[in-house]
Amino acid sequence: MKEKSFDKSIILDALAQSFKKLDPRVQVHNPVMLVVYIGAVFTTLLFILSFAGIRDESAGYTFTISVILWFTCLFANFAEAIAEGRGRAQAQSLRSARKDVKAKKLLSETDVSKYTEVLSNSLKKGDIVYVAAGEQVPMDGEVIDGAASVDESAITGESAPVIRESGGDRSAVTGGTTLVSDWLIIRITAEAGESFLDKMIAMVEGAARKKTPNEIALQILLVTLTIIFLVVTAMLLPFTDFASRQAKRGAPISITNIIALLVCLAPTTIGALLSSIGIAGMSRLNQANVLAMSGRAIEAAGDVDVLLLDKTGTITLGNRQASEFIPVKGVTEEELADAAQLSSIADETAEGRSIVVLAKEKFGIRGRDLSKLQATFIEFTAKTRMSGIDYQKNEIRKGAAEAVKDYVTGKGGRYTEECERIVKEVAKAGGTPLVVAKNGKALGVIYLKDIVKNGVKERFDDLRKMGIKTIMITGDNPMTAAAIAAEAGVDDFLAEATPEAKLTLIRDYQSKGHLVAMTGDGTNDAPALAQADVAVAMNSGTQAAKEAGNMVDLDSNPTKLIDIVRIGKQLLMTRGSLTTFSVANDVAKYFAIIPVLFFSIYPQLSVLNFMGLTSTYSAILSAIIYNALIIIALIPLALRGVKYRELPAGKLLQRNLFIYGLGGIIAPFIAIKVIDILLAFFGFV
Amino acid sequence: MSKIILQEVLFLILLVGFSIPLGLFMYKVMSGEKVFLTRLLKPVENCFYRLMGIKAEEEMSAKKYAFSVIIFSMAGFLFLFLLLLLQGILPFNTEGMKGLSFDLAFNTTASFVTNTNWQAYSGESSLSYLSQFLGLTVQNFVSAGVGIAVLFALIRGFIIKEKKAIGNFWADVTRAVVYILLPLSLVVAVLLVSQGVVQNFSSYKEITALQDGAAQILPMGPAASQVAIKQLGTNGGGFFGMNSAYPFENPTSFSNLLQMLSILLIPAALLVSFGKAVKDKRQGRTLYAVMMILFVAALIFTTVSEQYTAPSYAGVSYSGNMEGKETIHGVGMSSLWAVVTTAASNGSVNAMHDSLTPLGGLMPLFLMQLGEIVFGGAGSGLYGILSFVLLAVFIAGLMVGRTPEYLGKKVEPYDMKMVCLLILVPPLVSLLGTGAAVLMPSVQGWLTNSGAHGFSEILYAFSSMGNNNGSAFGGFTANTPFTNITGGVIMLLARFIPLIAVIFLGGNMAGKKPVAASEGTLSTSNGMFAGLLIGVILIVTALSFLPALALGPVADYFTTR
Repeated sequence: MKEKSFDKSIILDALAQSFKKLDPRVQVHNPVMLVVYIGAVFTTLLFILSFAGIRDESAGYTFTISVILWFTCLFANFAEAIAEGRGRAQAQSLRSARKDVKAKKLLSETDVSKYTEVLSNSLKKGDIVYVAAGEQVPMDGEVIDGAASVDESAITGESAPVIRESGGDRSAVTGGTTLVSDWLIIRITAEAGESFLDKMIAMVEGAARKKTPNEIALQILLVTLTIIFLVVTAMLLPFTDFASRQAKRGAPISITNIIALLVCLAPTTIGALLSSIGIAGMSRLNQANVLAMSGRAIEAAGDVDVLLLDKTGTITLGNRQASEFIPVKGVTEEELADAAQLSSIADETAEGRSIVVLAKEKFGIRGRDLSKLQATFIEFTAKTRMSGIDYQKNEIRKGAAEAVKDYVTGKGGRYTEECERIVKEVAKAGGTPLVVAKNGKALGVIYLKDIVKNGVKERFDDLRKMGIKTIMITGDNPMTAAAIAAEAGVDDFLAEATPEAKLTLIRDYQSKGHLVAMTGDGTNDAPALAQADVAVAMNSGTQAAKEAGNMVDLDSNPTKLIDIVRIGKQLLMTRGSLTTFSVANDVAKYFAIIPVLFFSIYPQLSVLNFMGLTSTYSAILSAIIYNALIIIALIPLALRGVKYRELPAGKLLQRNLFIYGLGGIIAPFIAIKVIDILLAFFGFV
Repeated sequence: MSKIILQEVLFLILLVGFSIPLGLFMYKVMSGEKVFLTRLLKPVENCFYRLMGIKAEEEMSAKKYAFSVIIFSMAGFLFLFLLLLLQGILPFNTEGMKGLSFDLAFNTTASFVTNTNWQAYSGESSLSYLSQFLGLTVQNFVSAGVGIAVLFALIRGFIIKEKKAIGNFWADVTRAVVYILLPLSLVVAVLLVSQGVVQNFSSYKEITALQDGAAQILPMGPAASQVAIKQLGTNGGGFFGMNSAYPFENPTSFSNLLQMLSILLIPAALLVSFGKAVKDKRQGRTLYAVMMILFVAALIFTTVSEQYTAPSYAGVSYSGNMEGKETIHGVGMSSLWAVVTTAASNGSVNAMHDSLTPLGGLMPLFLMQLGEIVFGGAGSGLYGILSFVLLAVFIAGLMVGRTPEYLGKKVEPYDMKMVCLLILVPPLVSLLGTGAAVLMPSVQGWLTNSGAHGFSEILYAFSSMGNNNGSAFGGFTANTPFTNITGGVIMLLARFIPLIAVIFLGGNMAGKKPVAASEGTLSTSNGMFAGLLIGVILIVTALSFLPALALGPVADYFTTR
């Protein structure tokens, strides 16, 4: 689901769709555009009637108006179609992944030899299937046995295979993905039609797109405005009839002009673009490789004001790194480094490697010939909590302070108070101390440091400006957590976080009226995910986590939360800004039209025609041409969203009011005048 | 002119000065706290509760609250309707007035129950004293009381957290009448009597005029008590047909000042109560500032128009537009009154609005069309502007990328529906009413003017009824079956649809959990929001009425220039 630019086929498809959408059954869903649609039908009828001699304006004029109105409808349809087009293209490629395959349905969980072949779409929840290398996973499920690398590119667009295995947080598999190696026994968790892939197709295609509460509220406002304008313009008929009799000159305004005026005034700009803005917002989210389970979730993301961020991977780089060797008295730093390096040569963990790197950087200690040393390596186990090396009757161990202390004292050595003090200092500074001991003597401490990611501090500052609070969640002890929190510039932290503590924290913030967003992947995150207002589950996570969340991040990147908030806010801002623009436009249109509209009854009103428009006809034509063209002109903005900045609410409002409010008043003045000049120049009016 | 400015500034200072203590007092009363009148009036309040058999502590849901309002108003409607129809055979009828016609009785009843006080009749020639003091005066009190009660139901909606209850209607309306309207009316009535406003039950007096010796009938009656509440309750219906242009209703400059202050006093004070109630005085102050800005702008516009755009005649020194004005009030105080009475949903007059200059008359018309939200009616003015606030908050909230919220409560589809009903109904019924009237074949006969001014007369009448103001431009024959019936229906719709919408809005708001404020929250108490609110109010109104205004006062101005 990586970005697809607008290619020709999408545009051509959208063009065809714009005509198909002229179906009244489609139009009826958008009340504002329905008014334009009915107006177009009406003026067309008036044009036809003019051949029968029933004329309320010249046939040519009525025809022109009706053509412009039809174009207005088409432009609105096009805006929606092009927004949907992107989603349709994505859905198409997803659909190709959803093939019906033969699945090996096992009769028992343990015996892989006895199975029946069934079609994937006939699988039921709880069925057990066996999938071997090269085969496709038939349906969403939970791995109950085995481990395999799985190609998930059909869904995530990421070509590197990922590991799926039973137990733990990587046990979920998605239907439509393919095993590259090994085998899996899977318990099916979804049935045909409700699988992840099905949901995904429905979401990107917009089929499952329900209007969000905020969109509905805006729609209510737009319908209200339209009703007002309907009455305002309809009443012009009796009003001008009365006025012309009173003034004993002029004639009541024609029905063609009333319809044209109504279309000008109705909030057609936002009415035409409203659904594309929503679809495009969803699309932007999809492009970020995040799948929202509902449009509501995106809007909620815009409202979030508390972000719970996992320390590891979001705030700090995934792994700690050695940053310092602190020897005890009587030991040089180089000696300590040497011992540490030796003990870590075979340690393939990122931490181990960072020790080797640091030793090389500081003292130029290079890799050595291990066979010469006749070394045996002691692997880290959960029991000993140490790793190390034995060579030429030397023993080096490194590990957690407690473990090494036990080891040293067990050897009859002395674990100095100084060493203990260093350990505490390192912990206090937010680091993880590893104690290195050689032959029963503690040499010193390796300072493993959490590395705060570049730029996160600035990012959190921006979020703070927007009123969003960041809270770091970590399993570290409070002392360590506080140090990292201070370095990263988060507003608060939750140390020694348990799933219960997370849940309580979320509830606590919610009861104070905050909206909370979080990410999670493990089964034990599920309760907290279910409680959070915006819950992003990692695609690599468990089925339980995915079900509890209302979004799934296909890249499994916890930093994504910040982008999601941005997309949510941008969606609302685009709606608000274009509504403001649309209403502001009306002010200018009134000034353009009203002075010339009653010209035949009260010529004196032409004093107010300070725009100097050529005639009543040219004023009305210019206004509705502008009205139609502005829809096309704003499609890119609707799809892209208005420019987003991290600013406090007051400044944002000021900025957007200036651009879309004031701009909305000025733009039509200029455009209408230009169109009027052009019309007059080419002699149309 | 400098004298006029001085008078107008003095008026504004007095208004603000009086509104603050009254606002704090009203907040206490409406939240059931003890005030200095409690010892005296508590027995009266309790007596009402016992009489009606209600429990004042019972919390009502929006549905129940709305139902109570409707029952109460319907009972009042029936009582007044029958009273007007049957006044001919009832006591206190010294002049032998006949019962009103069916359509006039309907119109008058609708008018007083809706706090509009549009008068298609003339008090001194149509109504018995009983109809005046038992019928109209009672409605003057309770219709204002209902407005204040409903406002507080809405305010509670903003304060209450996750509870579907917004207070008790019976307690609210009783407290509003007993502690606020009655004592204030008593003070104002006594002051008015001291200035010479009549208050008696005697029959009309026949006198001989000094100027030409002709016999003249002087109407009498219990005027002062009704005039006090007509102003305080933003009702506006005069005891006499000439309203406050008549010396027996408004004899001196002091009574004139007192009455203008009375008109705006309660709506202005409610802004103070509002700030106090939502525990954020800046919110009240912002709305006060918005109203004051609109008010002052309207006042300057009207005063300047009356003072400088009147026709001048050779050989006559120019003194502004004095046609239709009382010399005791002059251009200044007549312009101020015209703005005061239409800014508030009052509608009493001390000059002939039909004789205002075209632009001078445009402003009172426009103020009504704003929906009576520049101070507006007792209670209804504030809940009216709150609907615009929610609209502004909605648009602005979107622009800053959050679900819009006001006072910590989110604005969701249900709330927008109610807000839209509030904003939609008055302009719709005003325009449709005007449209229906101009289509009537006999319309020409109802007008005293032709041309654009004739259209203004009709537009003014229906804008006045459609926004529950009640003032008359004059020059439009109102007492016809068509206008009585359509007007009556319009007044009922324009009052009760928004009123019920407000109650349900309050009920829905009360059920919501408040959202915590942060840097990302849009401030609704700063200059930018005030500016935005003014913009939204003006744009919505202008878009609704500009074409009609162009055919009325604007064309009038340009054709008579």
